[in-house]
Formats: sequence, structure tokens, C-alpha cells
Amino acid sequence: MLRARFLIPLAVFAAFIGILAVGLTLDPREVPSPLINKPAPAFNLPQLAQPDKTISQQDMLGRVWLLNVWASWCVSCREEHSTILELARSGVVPVLGLNYKDERADGLAWLARLGNPYQISAYDRDGRIGIDYGVYGVPETYVIDKAGVIRYKRIGAVTPEVVRDKILPLVKALNGNA
Amino acid sequence: MRKLLALLFGLILAGSVLAKEAPPAVPDPALEKRTMALAEELRCLVCQNQTIADSHAELAIDLKNQIREKLKAGMSEEQIRQYMVARYGDFVLYNPPVKATTVPLWFGPFALLVAALAGLFYYLRRRRSAAPQPLSEAEQARVQALLDSPEERR
Repeated sequence: MLRARFLIPLAVFAAFIGILAVGLTLDPREVPSPLINKPAPAFNLPQLAQPDKTISQQDMLGRVWLLNVWASWCVSCREEHSTILELARSGVVPVLGLNYKDERADGLAWLARLGNPYQISAYDRDGRIGIDYGVYGVPETYVIDKAGVIRYKRIGAVTPEVVRDKILPLVKALNGNA
Repeated sequence: MRKLLALLFGLILAGSVLAKEAPPAVPDPALEKRTMALAEELRCLVCQNQTIADSHAELAIDLKNQIREKLKAGMSEEQIRQYMVARYGDFVLYNPPVKATTVPLWFGPFALLVAALAGLFYYLRRRRSAAPQPLSEAEQARVQALLDSPEERR
């Protein structure tokens, strides 16, 4: 009886450590997006490479596609770039870019230097469309289905593991049953 | 030297003649006040734990501009709050709504307090019920013996 009583603080302490340990594995920067399973916000923006042409989310209706928000000033974009390039070159899913709060010349130079994975990049100079998509940390990547509904959002750099475990299975499923 | 001084003096005078009263930092102080009041309630997602009013992150500045524009366009504070929640989720609100998912957040601390008070109450009651028992006869005899024993025991 006496011994059990002395074990109580130890148990409380262990529970506390347990909660803190779980807390360490969570990333507070990953805020669940309210946009999942909602239609992708509308945009009609000039293209990065051809300012006189526009691109809209409507143009991609009927296809499963990726929207990758990037900027030449963004360090993590550089980190994920080879992964995005590889994914785009595999031809599994079309990748469109949203060039976010960038200078047109800087963005184009960045693509020329590192390779261009995007079929088209929309040019969001003032970041208004970024706000509509709830962008708060570039890079961000969205998987959008044939009906134009956002199905997945990745905040931060896309890694080969994310492509393998999340993006590819989802794209496959979305292409299969629609 | 004297010429130089005169020149300096002249420059200072010229400066004060050219100076104008500072224009107000914002064209519409009332609008600015509403903008900032709303910005105080919203979390900056770039530098979490700061409001977008406090933050100088680019996104926070953009969002402040959005609030200002929307207020100017006649949107209500509540409509703007909904606009932000639709994009960034309840997490942007420093004053989150009471929902199934936020019940622990709202009532967890009170539940902990009640549990702690109950524990304290239980402990105090048990301590009182365990008040010292009167000594048994044998114990009494031993106490007496100890008290009576002379100092040789030391």
C-alpha cells in the first residue's frame, strides 16, 4: 500500500514525459489545411514565360495534376527541385508551377539554371493567389483531381519518400476511379 | 573658421525652413485602427505565436493589406475572419471557436483544476481522519518509564 503510493509521482512523471515525447515528433508548422476536399481556388494569371498568355485552374479540368508553389528566393524549393524534376520527367502526372512573389527574370533564370519541371508556371507577383491557396511557407504542393478538387497538400519540400508514399498512390487512385 | 560656422548656421536655418509638419502615417486613422484590431486576433502562420499585427513577415504584411482592402470594400470583421479561416483554418484565430475538436483546448485546463482540487480535498480528508490515536496502556507505561529514568541513560 505504502509502496504503491510512492509510485504515483513516478507514474505521473512518466505520463508527462510520454506526452512531451509525442510533442517532439509533431511539426507545429504543419497546419491542417481547410482546403482539402474543397475546389481549388480560381485563378487566371499571366504565365511566367509568356506574360501575354494566361493560365487558369480551369485549363486543367479533367486531369489529375500537381500545383507546386515555388520561388527563386526559396531555399527549400531548391532542395526539392530534383525530386520535382524527376517526378515531372516520369510523366506520371503533369506538374504546374505557381511562381510566388518573385521577379519574373529571377524565376526564369532559376528555371534555366536548374531545369524546368513545370508544363507552365503561373506568375503570382503580389501573392494574392497564394493567399487564396492558404500558402504560408513556400514550397507547397497540391494534388488536384479531375474535378478540380484539392485532395492533398504538402507543406515544405517534397521528398522522394513523399512522392513514393503519398503522391504517386494518390495520383494512381484518382486516375483509376474517376 | 567663422565663415564655416556661419555656413553651418545657415544650413541649419535652411533646414528648419524647408521642414514641414509630418503628414499622418496613414490616410485614414479610423480604418487603420479597425485593421489593426482585427490583425491582433489573427495568428501569423510564418512566425507562429505572433499575431499578424506584430509580425513583419511578408505574408503578415500582405494579410494586413488584405484586411485593409476588404474593410474599405465594406466587408464586416466577421466576414474577414471567415475569409481567413477558409484559407488557413481555425488555427489563425487566437480566439478559436468551441467545437468538438477544440473542447479539450477550452475545457482541459478547468478539468485539470477540478481534478487537482478533488485530489487535494481527498488528501486533506484522509490526513484529518488519520489523527493521532490515544496511546495504549503499554505505550503509556513505556513513556512513563522513559520520563522517570534518571540521566544515566545518556
